[in-house]
Amino acid sequence: MRLPPRAGERIDRSRNISFRYGTEEVVAFAGDTIGSALYAGGRRVFSRSFKYHRPRGLLCCTGHCPNCLMTVDGVPNVRVCVEPVRAGAVVKAQNVLGSLERDLMSVTDRIGGPFTPVGFYYRTMIRPRRAWPLYERLLRNAAGLGRVGGRSRRFDTEHRRARVLVVGGGRAGREAALAAAAEGPGVVLVDEGSHLAGAELPGVEVLARARAIGIYEGGLVPVDAGELLLRFRAQRVVIATGALEQPLVFPGNDLVGVLLPSAVRRLVQDWSLAPGRRAVVIAAESRGLDVVPILEDAGVEIARTIDLRERPLGTLAAEGHKGRLTRLALDGETIDCDLAVVSGGRQPAYSLLAQAGARVEYDPTRGIFVPRELPPGIEAVGAVTGEVGAAVEPAALYAGSGRTGKSFVCLCEDVTDKDLARAVREGFDSLELAKRYTTVTMGPCQGKLCQVASNRLYAQRTGTGSAAIGTTTARPPWAPVELGLLAGRHHEPTRRSAIHFRHEEAGAEMLWAGQWQRPHSYGDAAGEVRAVHESLGVIDVSTLGKLLVEGPDAARFLERLYPNRFADLRVGRIRYGVLTSDGGRILDDGTVARLGEGLFYVTTTSSGSDSVCEWFEWWNAIWGYDVEIVNVTGALAALNLAGPRAREALGRLTEGDVSNEAIGYLDARELRVAGVPCLALRIGFVGELGYELHFASPAGEHLWDRLVAEGARPFGLEPQRVLRLEKQHVIVGQDTDSESSLLSAGMGWLPKLDKEEFVGKWAVELGQDRVRERLVGFTVRSGELPKEGAQVLVGGQPAGRVTSARYSERVGTVVGLAWVRPDRAQDGSELAIRSDGATIAAEVALAPFYDPEGERLRS
Amino acid sequence: MTFLLPCPHCGPRDVYEFATTGEVLTRPKELPTLRELTDYVYFRRNVAGVQREWWYHRQGCGSWFLAERDTRTNEVLKVELPSPRASDR
Repeated sequence: MRLPPRAGERIDRSRNISFRYGTEEVVAFAGDTIGSALYAGGRRVFSRSFKYHRPRGLLCCTGHCPNCLMTVDGVPNVRVCVEPVRAGAVVKAQNVLGSLERDLMSVTDRIGGPFTPVGFYYRTMIRPRRAWPLYERLLRNAAGLGRVGGRSRRFDTEHRRARVLVVGGGRAGREAALAAAAEGPGVVLVDEGSHLAGAELPGVEVLARARAIGIYEGGLVPVDAGELLLRFRAQRVVIATGALEQPLVFPGNDLVGVLLPSAVRRLVQDWSLAPGRRAVVIAAESRGLDVVPILEDAGVEIARTIDLRERPLGTLAAEGHKGRLTRLALDGETIDCDLAVVSGGRQPAYSLLAQAGARVEYDPTRGIFVPRELPPGIEAVGAVTGEVGAAVEPAALYAGSGRTGKSFVCLCEDVTDKDLARAVREGFDSLELAKRYTTVTMGPCQGKLCQVASNRLYAQRTGTGSAAIGTTTARPPWAPVELGLLAGRHHEPTRRSAIHFRHEEAGAEMLWAGQWQRPHSYGDAAGEVRAVHESLGVIDVSTLGKLLVEGPDAARFLERLYPNRFADLRVGRIRYGVLTSDGGRILDDGTVARLGEGLFYVTTTSSGSDSVCEWFEWWNAIWGYDVEIVNVTGALAALNLAGPRAREALGRLTEGDVSNEAIGYLDARELRVAGVPCLALRIGFVGELGYELHFASPAGEHLWDRLVAEGARPFGLEPQRVLRLEKQHVIVGQDTDSESSLLSAGMGWLPKLDKEEFVGKWAVELGQDRVRERLVGFTVRSGELPKEGAQVLVGGQPAGRVTSARYSERVGTVVGLAWVRPDRAQDGSELAIRSDGATIAAEVALAPFYDPEGERLRS
Repeated sequence: MTFLLPCPHCGPRDVYEFATTGEVLTRPKELPTLRELTDYVYFRRNVAGVQREWWYHRQGCGSWFLAERDTRTNEVLKVELPSPRASDR
């Protein structure tokens, strides 16, 4: 099947590579593509069309048209004409029922034509409505492309910079790259083909099989390099994407054997394959006619050559047998042939330029669109500029004579001239609308082979010139991209505390808390709660946000930011602090410890560390106080040692004085614990005597081990939730939302209105924190557990919602927090909670359920 | 949005490295009326044109700065570090 060896062929006849096509083994030469190897083996039908399942063969051999889409190694929609052969590859036909030669679905082509015009399913498959899912399944099975395989693959993204990025490795692109390289380093050339692989261009980084898929704002050029997305930022972008040979629209123009000149050049010159026996060549410009000597050289008989510039055709139609071209009828004459090489001229591949902001103008003398007025930083060289030589505008549609077949404007989506005409008749008189209705230019070729033809036909049908019609907006991607490539790899970092592996070793069930991995419990949440109440527990609270605020103005800064008072906070003391917005809404909470006159240690919620730091920095960018704000969240680990035995255990590990007099409730002290310098904060989120130890992360496991050895039982987030609920301690973000004010959350005592200013003061003064709802505690005596988010009803009407609820062994019932109407925010008020279809009776309780006086905290 | 934003410290960077709180507002100097406070907290001019905005280089130097950006084209005309006065806002 191959021609005798010829100079310049890209195949290496001494090296065989074999792969599978269906059940056959195909032996190719090195340098073949899967498409050329199948062609060499005698295959002519490469796909079945999108809608009518018509047989389709090679057309462009440049990787642009939809005619050779196959599934290769589970990856659908691979253009096999440009896919290099690889040993052992498994290639399958797609969108067929049966085989490419006998596709049972092709019945739609024979009988469906009149019944399946463009958009038919929206008109005919609308009743009964409930049957749509069935219709949809039928349509999806009948029409379309390949199926996404089950093979999981990995995609990556790389950020790249270049001084000059050249897109397109043709002659003009290579010359531009070399010229840029002569001026300095940082030149990258990307080309979608594989022929530049390994090419040496001095001073130029050449990336083959890498396709620029768009130009975005700021000159961002994403490049599809298979399983790697390169996000290029270049000072200069040079577009050298060349020009694309355009098909002609005539009856039977999709028959197997109708080729573009590019296919002839590649088949003969690269792979030494004869594209037919007897050919007719029709071209609107000289480059299309250049294939005549190439065909003669390959032993193809030239039946007729028609230069449209000299001889405009009146009629043109192709006829075939079983989808293969057998003769061409032109101007009343019939020519037997198995090959028709047609070229409607070369259209500059301007899409990237248009995306970058260039204007596109129609040149009626040559029948092509030409880019004009390039934006700064974008250059164009070569054929894409419109320098493609003299040509003639071909007819929008060549009529056949007598009974003829379909004329395709868009091969990707099987859109015919009749579909476009129908769209115009139905009133789609704007090109953009007609595009969306008919889906012309929306298929895999993205308009490369149908934009000009559809514009021309559209202009003719609406009676306007192509220039007036213009083009549809060029948008990325300008070639199909795998979704996986755009999604890339998941780069969300996982945050683990310094003690993470101890939790895993102890059999903790880990859960996500924002970016953090935290222990839910160590298998026995109720037992862990009991240990904290009765003896001793330890929880890893390293995830708390931790900020150092230092400087002569530190106290003034915090005083102005927080509703609380800090000016009078003595060194070594701690105060609970809540941040509010100017609208009086709660942003975050935590503790503020004064470590020195001008040094404060601020903790935030686990999810709030970054946002609180940004908030601090922002206000200080406005106020300009002499303070430094340092986020030490990752640098420090923190453990909360809690339970009646906490003092005794801590005392055994330190030489410091841990008596209630030396370190009382809400005191902050420096303490060396098991040899580790710690900041000990005596606070009690979980309601028992407790010490929060903050220290350098690397000592995390050491201190954890020592505390556990002293009898502290590790407890997780779930027992902590129960413990804090017993105390009605609020979790900002869980029990509050963006509408919660201090007053409504039961913290009306907190804002100090005698301060001259704080962020959120005006809202309080103007009553903007007025209470529409209040956050209250509740119990459920029946023991039924309402879901978080469950609705609170009063008289059958919505009157609030549950934010937290847990069963408390200690209280002996279900306890929770809920937002309720103010008239229900009284001790003993009865609530009805609607959860999972059941109505649960609950009772409001304003005081903490456990140790309401806080004696245990202070003990 | 993929435009480049010139950080006063770090130079032009991809916009995804930054956070923004939007247009620069005029915060009342003293206790406002309810209407003034509501305007300040909730209303934005949302101009189609050049706007002064706060930006924060979150994945960079961690600085807040002011930028003049044309919201129609994302062209950044000017960036500057704030020059705060402790007495003022």
